Formats: sequence, structure tokens, C-alpha cells
Amino acid sequence: MDPSPIREITILPGRNRNGEPERFEAIVIRPGDTISVVGPTGSGKSALINDIEVFARNDTATGRTVLVNGEYPPEEFVRDPAHKPVALITQNTRCLADLTVAEFLAMHVRSRRIADDGIVERTIDLANEFTGEEIRAGARMTALSGGQTRSLLVADAVLIAAAPVLLLDEVENAGIFKERVIEVLRAGGKAVIFVTHDPLVSLLSARRIVMRDGAVERVIEPLDRENEALREALRLDGILRRMREQIRAGDLITGPVGA
Amino acid sequence: MRLAVVAGPPSAGKTAVVRQIIRTLLDRYRIAYLKIDVVRAFEDEELAAEFGIPARKVCSGDLCPDHAGVMVMRDAIAWAEGEGADLLLVESAGLCLRCSPYTTQALGIVVLSAVSGTNTPLKMAAMLGLADIAVVTRIDLVSQAEKEVFRERIREVNPDLDIVETNAVQGTGMRYLIRAIEDCPPITDPDTIVLRGAPPLGVCTVCIGKTEIGWQHHFGVVRRLEDADYLFRGD
Ligand SMILES: Nc1nc2c(ncn2[C@@H]2O[C@H](COP(=O)(O)OP(=O)(O)OP(=O)(O)O)[C@@H](O)[C@H]2O)c(=O)[nH]1
Ligand SMILES: [Mg+2]
Ligand SMILES: [Zn+2]
Ligand SMILES: [Zn+2]
Repeated sequence: MDPSPIREITILPGRNRNGEPERFEAIVIRPGDTISVVGPTGSGKSALINDIEVFARNDTATGRTVLVNGEYPPEEFVRDPAHKPVALITQNTRCLADLTVAEFLAMHVRSRRIADDGIVERTIDLANEFTGEEIRAGARMTALSGGQTRSLLVADAVLIAAAPVLLLDEVENAGIFKERVIEVLRAGGKAVIFVTHDPLVSLLSARRIVMRDGAVERVIEPLDRENEALREALRLDGILRRMREQIRAGDLITGPVGA
Repeated sequence: MRLAVVAGPPSAGKTAVVRQIIRTLLDRYRIAYLKIDVVRAFEDEELAAEFGIPARKVCSGDLCPDHAGVMVMRDAIAWAEGEGADLLLVESAGLCLRCSPYTTQALGIVVLSAVSGTNTPLKMAAMLGLADIAVVTRIDLVSQAEKEVFRERIREVNPDLDIVETNAVQGTGMRYLIRAIEDCPPITDPDTIVLRGAPPLGVCTVCIGKTEIGWQHHFGVVRRLEDADYLFRGD
């Protein structure tokens, strides 16, 4: 009894902090979509993605409702992680599991009853594409850096949890290769929602949800109007990334820095 | 009257869960609350002030709080019924983790925190084994993979346990716990309520005041360190 595939997830409006109704009709998320959620700290960004992750039914602080394929999702979508179509990667960059990386992933594979011998190794390999600090199978989960933890949890969400919708809460803070993450998620046909303060992540997303006072203020679709800004952001990000690698390697940065 | 017993390690989020239950059910049930703690507790005053419900506490002192709970439970039911309650929520500090305070004719709720480490479920097997529903709190602090691994650990201990994941401060996911409470049949005869499992042996020569270290100075259930991983295994 495989649940029907996810065609779309619909967010219906709730209320802002003053109890006034939100001013959008519905936000529809489909496979392959990239959406960023922006706004000042405390504006309700995390609450929005939490509503999606718990499939709010007018029973969270915001009063929003989240539908799957136009209906209330079946209970197993909400309660049984193996059927749940969304995976949230939280802002927390520490994993407190008393296990090694390989044990942790193997346990997750077992819980999902996946019969695939190579999947743990492939997940670690994918995670290593997202971070410059190598993750080893025998390392303890608690000893991973913020970037390593994030990378591993994103790779897990793609390959093991295999969720069609990913919610990423401030990925950029942990210092992972955002562009590569977005590339992999897009290629896999995932819908991705980023809560972000990072201009590059926002510009790489096709839609932007702007939050204020606990409510969705507006939804922007830049189309190609921001192409120039995106090109510049990519160039600057490239410069910063090279500098980061050089500094990490102990080099002195004396040559020209432009691209 | 319905009875629900909430237990779990210190700071697991038991009171946060109780608050959400009260908040949701207050307009449909008259709720009474009892906290069983070891030395000090404040929840009774807080919840009475916050929701205007009858609330009390008992401190077990040197006794295991779950044992203390068993002793006072019959009185507590009479007290709550006297208050006109149709739902009694009992929160047990459950510090000893060997005991399980769950009884017949009640819903057994075990609360544990998703950030307490992967081995926690294994350490509280007695509670998990005899509860009806596990509430995993602080779900807001962990990612999808961690949730699933934690859930798998609980399932290793008790494959039949119903699991509810929640941010207990916000009350997300709580609708399934509320449903379990409402689906639980009311007490039919309080005088026939019994513990679901016999608690482990609670007394050794240390318990009665001998302070010397080493088995040589004690009698009864004594073992050397090498003899067994378990000094004594109860029910
Ligand atoms: N972020 C987060 N914090 C939580 C959650 N549940 C509880 N807390 C916080 O954790 C702290 C302890 O929660 P309590 O509900 O008092 O825990 P308790 O199990 O009743 O504690 P004792 O009765 O003292 O053993 C409080 O500050 C809660 O606000 C949760 O799901 N998420
Ligand atoms: Mg408490
Ligand atoms: Zn005990
Ligand atoms: Zn003793």
C-alpha cells in the first residue's frame, strides 16, 4: 500500500501575531520547486516550515493549514516517518546520537526496511560532496562539526529518507557547499524550501516568500529579473570559497582575488 | 473518571505535555492533577494558578517516586472524584527508571526527549515496556534522520508502543495523544486497579543503612563485580 505520489503541497493562510488574516490565497509547492523563505529574525520563518513539517491543520500557533494533493494528508503521512513526504533539516548543527556515522545511517536504513548494501557508503560519499571536511564512516556522530552534520543529514534526506520535499533551516550557517546541495536536490526532482539569510541561496531559488510579524507578507517570483544579481552573487561566492580553502590550508592570500 | 499516568526521566518535558493536554481538554473535561516527586515540586501550584484546576503534590523522600505513587494512587483517585474530576492526570518523576508506574484501567504515557541520546530508550526499558504511548519531545531540535533513528530505538524495546512526536512547548503533533486519552475507557472499579508489572526488589542491606562498600560487608542479594552484568533482575 504505497501512498499516492506527491503532486503538490498547499499552504493555506493563517493569522499574523496580531490575529489578522494572512494576505495570500494559497502557496502551492510542486516537485522540482525551489523556494526561499526570507525575513528578519523572529518574523516567523521557522514557524512556516514547521507548519509544513507537521501538516498543520489549524492546530499550530499560526492557524495555517497544509494540504497534500488538495486534501488533508492521510494519518500515516503525518505519523509514520517511513511514509512522510517531507524531511526537515533543523538549524541545530549537533547530532546527539551515541553512534558512529555508519551505525547511525545503518540504523536509519534498518528502520526503513531498505535492502541495499551500498546505501550507507553512498550516503557518506554524497555528504562528502557537500563539505570540505571529510566525514569518515567510523567517526562518532557527536564529534562531527556543524558542516559535517548538516551535510550528512541532507545526504540522508536525499538517499535514505528519500523525501520528495526537503525543508532546510539556515543551511548556510554551517559552511556547506550550498550550490552543490541545490544542484543535487534539483537534479533529484526534489522540492526544496530554504529558510535563509543568504543572498546566494535566495537568488538561486525560483520563488521567495517574505515573512513579517509571523505572517507571509508577499510571495515573489523574480523570473529572470534577478539574473545579473545572481551572476554577481555567484562570482563573489566563488571568491570567498577560494579564500576559505586557502586560509584553511594555511596559505597567505597575496595574489589577485577577482574572478 | 479517566486516569492517565505520565512518567519519564527528569526534564523530559512531562509537565509541558501535561500543559498541552490540559489546554486542549479543559473546555470538555474537569481535570485534576497530581505530581509525585522526590524532594520538591512546583507544578501543582503552577498548573492550579494557570488553569484553575484542582492540583496537588506528594514528595516521596527516600522512597522511589514510582513506589510512592502506587501507595497514594487509590487516595488520589478518591480525592479527584471528590473534586468532581472526570480526568485525573498523574505526573511521576520516575527517577529510578527500573520501576514502571502504569496501572490497569488507565492510559500509560511515557515522555522522553529526542535529544537525550540514542541509548536512553534502552535504559528505561521497564517504563517503555509497560506504557501504551510514548511522547517524544524536543522534536523541534532534531532532523528527520535523528527522529527516525530514535523511533527505531524505542521500537527495539517495545515494538507495539504508539509513538507521538511533539514540540511540547508549541503542542505540535499532540492531537494523537489527545485522541488516545479520549479513547481510553474510564475507570470501572478503582478497587481493582493493579500495577501492570511487579516492580523490582527495592531493598538491600544498603537500603537499610549499612554504608560499607563491597559485597563482603553485606548479605542477601550480593554478587561480585565479575559474576554478572546484572546484580539482580526482577520482573
Ligand atoms: N524546545 C523544546 N523545549 C521543550 C520541549 N518540551 C519541554 N521543553 C522545555 O524543557 C524544560 C523542561 O520541561 P518540563 O516539562 O518541565 O519537564 P518535566 O519532565 O516535567 O521535568 P521534571 O518534572 O522536573 O522532571 C522546560 O523549559 C520546557 O519548556 C520541546 O518539545 N521542545
Ligand atoms: Mg514536571
Ligand atoms: Zn523505583
Ligand atoms: Zn538498596
